[in-house]
Amino acid sequence: MNIKEILTGQKMDKLFLMGNEAAVRGALEAGVAVASTYPGTPSSEIGDVLSVLAQEAGMYFEFSINEKVALEVAAAAAASGLRSFTFMKHVGVNVASDSLMSVAYTSVRGGMVILTADDPSMFSSQNEQDNRHYARLANIPLLEASNPQEVKDLMKYAYELSEEFQIPVILRTTTRVSHMRGIVELGPLAEIRKKGHFDKDPKRFVPVPATARIMHKNLVEKMNKLMVLSNNSSLNQVFDHEGRIGIITSGSAFNYVMDVVEENELPVNVLKLTFTYPFPEKKVLEFLEEMDRVLVVEEVDPIMEKEILAIIGKHGLKKRVYGKLDGTLPMIYEFNPDIVLEGFGRMMDVQLPDKGTFQTPVGIPNRPPTLCPGCPHRAAYFEVKRAAANLGIDDVIFPTDIGCYTLGIESPYEVADYLLSMGSSIGTSCGFSKATDQTVVSFIGDSTFFHAGIPPLINAVHNKNRFVLVILDNRTTAMTGGQPHSGLPRDGMGLEAPEISIPEIVKACGVKFMETINPLNVKKSQEIFEKALQFNEVAVVISQYPCMLIKGRDVKGKNVIIQVQDDKCTNCDTCVMELTCPAIYTQDDGKIRIDPLMCRKCNVCVQTCPEKAIRAKRVDEVGEEE
Amino acid sequence: MYHYNIYISGVGGQGIIKTSVIIGESAMKEDLPVVVGEIHGMSQRGGVVSTQMKLGESYSPLIEEGKANLLLAFEPLEALRAINMINPDSYVVMNTAPIYPFNIRQSEHPYPELSIIMDELKSRAKKVIAMDAEEMAKKAGHILSLNMVMLGGAVAVPGFPLDKKIIIKSMEDNLPEKSIPINMKAFEEGFSFCSAHIK
Repeated sequence: MNIKEILTGQKMDKLFLMGNEAAVRGALEAGVAVASTYPGTPSSEIGDVLSVLAQEAGMYFEFSINEKVALEVAAAAAASGLRSFTFMKHVGVNVASDSLMSVAYTSVRGGMVILTADDPSMFSSQNEQDNRHYARLANIPLLEASNPQEVKDLMKYAYELSEEFQIPVILRTTTRVSHMRGIVELGPLAEIRKKGHFDKDPKRFVPVPATARIMHKNLVEKMNKLMVLSNNSSLNQVFDHEGRIGIITSGSAFNYVMDVVEENELPVNVLKLTFTYPFPEKKVLEFLEEMDRVLVVEEVDPIMEKEILAIIGKHGLKKRVYGKLDGTLPMIYEFNPDIVLEGFGRMMDVQLPDKGTFQTPVGIPNRPPTLCPGCPHRAAYFEVKRAAANLGIDDVIFPTDIGCYTLGIESPYEVADYLLSMGSSIGTSCGFSKATDQTVVSFIGDSTFFHAGIPPLINAVHNKNRFVLVILDNRTTAMTGGQPHSGLPRDGMGLEAPEISIPEIVKACGVKFMETINPLNVKKSQEIFEKALQFNEVAVVISQYPCMLIKGRDVKGKNVIIQVQDDKCTNCDTCVMELTCPAIYTQDDGKIRIDPLMCRKCNVCVQTCPEKAIRAKRVDEVGEEE
Repeated sequence: MYHYNIYISGVGGQGIIKTSVIIGESAMKEDLPVVVGEIHGMSQRGGVVSTQMKLGESYSPLIEEGKANLLLAFEPLEALRAINMINPDSYVVMNTAPIYPFNIRQSEHPYPELSIIMDELKSRAKKVIAMDAEEMAKKAGHILSLNMVMLGGAVAVPGFPLDKKIIIKSMEDNLPEKSIPINMKAFEEGFSFCSAHIK
């Protein structure tokens, strides 16, 4: 499939789409005029697709500097009467949360949808927080999708709901829905209204104490009306069966439940909840009355389970509820059909047949992800550690941040000691610098620096901290797939845009030591790191070299090959054990080799080999490959 | 209820997701329901990549333990890691060219001998077809056509539910035009190798 078919596909066409791609089609079918995000897996592909399609579709799309700004862009567009869409990974909502807490108070005019892509089991995240809590915290209606078709259909419905009640709507997916591919039947595209008009109404849009009190009262009334809707919504659906055993479920968990029920022909009634906040109390009560026992299957926190227990308490029912709170199902990580079946077995008190899970007689080595061959971050890590060692500093704290460079946690680099969230490298460096006498060297990427690094850097200078901040500027948002950011000369739709200079920001923050290095130049970089380590205040080193994945070419060109010279190599293992580039390996006969297909000819191993046994040679000099 | 489950495993950058998209679109063309589960993100940087596909009426793409009809393993160690997905009726198509984890020298366990991996898989599957797909891809014209060698192998497996012609059509729809001749050659290499070794 060509990605453009998401835009050009006609009503009734079927496409094989990822959940994230289906969200884009849903936005187009809803006539979204303004869309905004900060990239974050598992939501990233929504932005990737929009950045290709937005212009042709006649909508506006941006990669905002962070999720809070993204949400604010969308809120203002919706206040101006346009349909707006903002989407982010679950932890991105934390960044946006300050404004999120007010946006239901102030209400919207055009429809506004906030898509949160949660990540149960943490495939690419620092936590597995359940963002259904945010719907409750912010008083915003919540829809949960189970598959790509539903993602698309719920997008459309969410805009109708949002406009009818003049309230934003949260659509929640999880990794298994965002990255699930399935057959999606398309609906018609909507006309996009390109410009709105903001009709002033400060009593409605400016929550100061006097107005906010009224707004909150209105919001509670709105949510009461929305509960009537969720109780009667056909999105909350019962799959009937004889008997008095029930399962209540939502989202991805619904898929596992249905596969288990159908595969094993279980005599179970299933209540699938899609419109899950305001919680459809009446609907659930009616279901409970027909059951003797129910299993609640949800990811990740026992949110519906507690709602159900509250309903049982409120109505004095005598029903047994099984779920996470009583240990029938695990409290953490994503589910799968096997886990759901085991939970069902526990509720029914039956022993399931042994699956015969098999332990291989040999240990299976892990395969952790790592920095790519030629990655400039690897060189910077090597140089910082060498610089500290040269100065006799052996106790260095390395606060790190969110990006590829977090992979510095792996041996042998071990340059990731502390991490909380986007931008936390700098804020926590301030704390370590005050709380200890240890040397602090922290790492942050370019996109992350723009996202959340600037206020803490100002804080660091103003409060007279001492640490080295390394800004790993690889000219892209690499980990999420290479999206642009404010430091690049193009915007989210591929148009020319002003490039914001990191050095100028650093200077403007009052930093007195600032140097820019090319990390592939080892000796010079090491010297600058040594100077930075001896500076008595905040020192910033901007390590600038484009990401090897984005650059798409070899540093030294196609005619060069990097080779180990066996007569000089003493097997000191510096390259394999200290630099540890994936292209360098030890053969069965003990000889060190460099995989010519993987090598990007960055020349760092050449410069760091103590025996000068690695050399860059012209291909014609080498002749035929060995 | 008809189900055909495919578990594809390997290493980031081997073209696994493209392979599952081609299979999935082919199923759609044949009016066979299909769901695919993928994991993106961290796995791109040389980590494990796996996709799970269920063809036939199904809600979730996640395959129950031991329920994969076909294990398509792009790398031997990753075949071994996925061993609990197969059963005595399953077929395994495996690429024998290893990709060593970057930190294998620092690893607690060494990379297992290929013969051990083969023995383990053989003891658990109906049939294991092992081929050096990397070499075959290079012969076809480019190492990146490895995924199409593997796809060709999969199509040759008895019980694989999709027509070869439809798969080829989906390849044409999903691969860059310039690369089609090499990929087609790679696909046919994999197909004939597996066809010959299945009997």
